[in-house]
Order: sequence, then structure tokens, then C-alpha cells
Amino acid sequence: MLLKVEGLCKSFKGKQVLKNVGFALHCGEILAIIGRSGSGKTTILRCINNLVKCDRGTIIVDGTVLCKDQQEEKSVYAKPAEMLQIRKKLGMVFQSFNLFPHMSVLENIIEAPVHVFGIARPEAEEKANALLAMLDLQDKTSAYPFELSGGQKQRVAIARACALNPLVMCLDEPTSALDPELREGIAVTIEKLAEQGMGILLITHDMAFAKRVAHRVIFMEAGQIIEEGSKEEFFDHVENEKIKKFVIG
Amino acid sequence: MIEYILKLIPAMLSGLEITLSIFSLTLLFSIPLGILVAVGRLSKLKPLVKVIEFYIWVMRGTPLLLQIIFIYFGLPIIGITFERFPAALIAFILNYTAYFGEIFRGGIASIDKGQYEAAKVLGFTSAQTFIRIILPQMIKIVLPSVANEVITLVKDTALVYVVGLGELLRSGKIASNRDASLVPLVMVGVFYLALTWVLTKLFQRIEKRYAYYQ
Repeated sequence: MLLKVEGLCKSFKGKQVLKNVGFALHCGEILAIIGRSGSGKTTILRCINNLVKCDRGTIIVDGTVLCKDQQEEKSVYAKPAEMLQIRKKLGMVFQSFNLFPHMSVLENIIEAPVHVFGIARPEAEEKANALLAMLDLQDKTSAYPFELSGGQKQRVAIARACALNPLVMCLDEPTSALDPELREGIAVTIEKLAEQGMGILLITHDMAFAKRVAHRVIFMEAGQIIEEGSKEEFFDHVENEKIKKFVIG
Repeated sequence: MIEYILKLIPAMLSGLEITLSIFSLTLLFSIPLGILVAVGRLSKLKPLVKVIEFYIWVMRGTPLLLQIIFIYFGLPIIGITFERFPAALIAFILNYTAYFGEIFRGGIASIDKGQYEAAKVLGFTSAQTFIRIILPQMIKIVLPSVANEVITLVKDTALVYVVGLGELLRSGKIASNRDASLVPLVMVGVFYLALTWVLTKLFQRIEKRYAYYQ
């Protein structure tokens, strides 16, 4: 198991946005978390990436505890050194990509390996070039983010997130900033990563995309998981009326 | 005429030396200090933020001339004395640090919060994030405002006459009074124009260097 989330709770200003959320992600699995805006799905991703601290709950990444539930008290988080090792195992692709605009494509990708993890520059460049080749961006090495299309930016963001060989890749609304015809491309990329053994955690409200790419689906509403199942179970045998409405649109 | 101009030049050059000393030392100190002030003002340390806000309010809310007078003529009353040059320089540094601090704060605040988040998930420490991601982007954003401030500084250096330092304008004024001639004042103007021209060109070049990305 690559990622385990248990009893995750989070409130913002008294409003509970996550209520006892739990799930697991396995090697090579593509798990889509779907639900309406405000259902709490992005907050899950932000908790896993430690961009927000959860109030309660346990998150374990490849056997290393990111945070641990303490019953009545707030969860205890890993120490900075451990946190850095956990970060290495997690890749994150933001909805708006968040590339560094003052760095070229190559620099964006090797920045963290070289300056945070102390990997030798030639080695980091070699890895980056391999990733760029895999993502069909080999001619964009020295381009700057402003010179790229939305789809290219996203692939650079994926390459950047892959540079440290993460075990879990998180993608926040990967289709929201793309033209519809680019969806198939990103679906193929995600499948490629999963085939290499990476666990993919995907947040989306794009049903067609989830149906196309996911192995397993979690449906969230008002901070809770209300349905979980394989893609077939989820899309072909929905019983919950609310989900039916959402899936059919 | 030419002879007269040549005769004036040595005095003006010694004035220019004072002007350039105040100018360059002020920049040398107030730009890094301004970055610290900006970071402090954006920090979560409430007391620090309050102190910095008060400092900026005083520095921007009172004339630089008053600040120079206060340090050179006022502080000795409570037993703190400075020579002319350090007194003027301290006033300039304190004043310009406040202005640069506000410019840098605006620059830092305008950078998307996604940049911090991207750095965080990649494992950057706060210091690494600031130095490698935020600072380079801030420089590009603040360049036009900094250029403006630097050119204002060139002209503000004339204020040090109040403590009796013989800067460029003062040397021109002395010669003009002595010889009942306009020429020294015109020459002073030409010197200032030349200085600001050089600085304008310099900033244009720096802005061009930063134009490689959007």
C-alpha cells in the first residue's frame, strides 16, 4: 500500500470540510476522487501534501507516518527531516501548474533535485531529459513557461513532480485548464505513470475523464465519502440518487 | 567662457564626490535593509509588524530634511552626536530603507501564493523559497519603482547642504553667489542630468535583462 488515509478531519473557521475521511491507494492504481466544488476533495490533496495541517487523522505514505491521530488532540506531524523524505515520495501537480516563471523548463525540473536533495546536476539533467522525452517535450528544454501552451505547461509540471521518482502522484483537476481535445493526452500520460507502478490520486469533477482513466472512484459530498468502488461498480451500478444525478449531469 | 567653466570644475567635482558618496552608500545599505523590512512587515510576528509599520509611517510621513536636521542638530541635545557626513547618511539610509521596504513588500505580496506551495511540495525550506523563487521574481516586479526611487535619491542628496556638507548643488551655489553668474547653476543642472541619464540607461539595461520571461 502506497498511501493510507484514516479518520481525516479538517475544519476551516468552524466549518467542517473533512469528516472522517479514509481510503488507501495501491501501486499502479489510479484513484479518482470526484464530487462537487466545495465537497472537500481538494482539501484532502492539500492535507496529503502538507499544505494544510489536518485537525485529526492519520496519513501514511509508503510506511512513513506523515501525521498520526491522537484521539482527542490534534494529529502529530513528522519531523522536518522525515517530512523531506515523505515529500520525495509524493508528487503534486497543481490545477494552475505553478511553474516557476523565471526558470526554463529544464531548470524547473532540476531545481528541487539539485538544490534541495543535493543530486549532482548532470544526473538531474539526464533524468529531466528522459522525463521530457517521455512527455514529448524534448524540444522545449530551454523554453520558459510563458512560451508554452496549457497542455505543455501541465506536462512540465508532471515532469517536475516526477523528477524525484515519487511513489504517489497527486493531480488536482488535471483537465480543468485544458482544451477538451487534450484530455486524451493527459489520460495516456497518467496511465503511463501508473504502468510504471506509481499510485495516482486524481481530483476531478470531470466525470467523463474519471470514467476514462480511473481504476477506482471515490465520491465525496459535504466532506464525507459517500460512495467508493471500482470504476465499473461506480458508473454502471449507481444506486445513490444524488450520485446518479451528478454522474449523469 | 570655457576658461571659466574649466575653473569651476575642480570645486564641482569635489561636490560631486560628496553627492555620489551619499548616493551610493545610501543604496548599498538601504536596499538590503529594505528587503529585511519588507520580510519583517510580511511576517506573522505581530509586534515586529507594528514596529515596522510605525517606522515606515514616521519615515514617509515627515520630510527627509527634518530627519537630517533631527539627527545632526536634534540628537546632540540628548547626548548623541554624529559628524556631518554620518549624520546625513544615517538619515538617508533610514528614510530610503522605509521607501524600499514598501516597494519590496508590494513586490513580494504580488507573487502568486501557488509559487510558495509549489516550492513547499518540492521540499524547499522557507529561506530557499525566498532566495531562489520569490526574490528573483520580486526584482523584476519592483524594477520600475526602484528606478524611480533611485533617481529621486540623486536629487535628494542636495538636502545634505543643511548640515554644511559641500555637495554638488552647494558648490554651484557658492560659485554663483561669488561670481554673480548663472553658469555654475547651469553646470550643476547638467551634472544632475548626466547622472540621471546614466541611471536611466542602467535601469533600462537591467529591465531588458529581466525581460526574458513574463
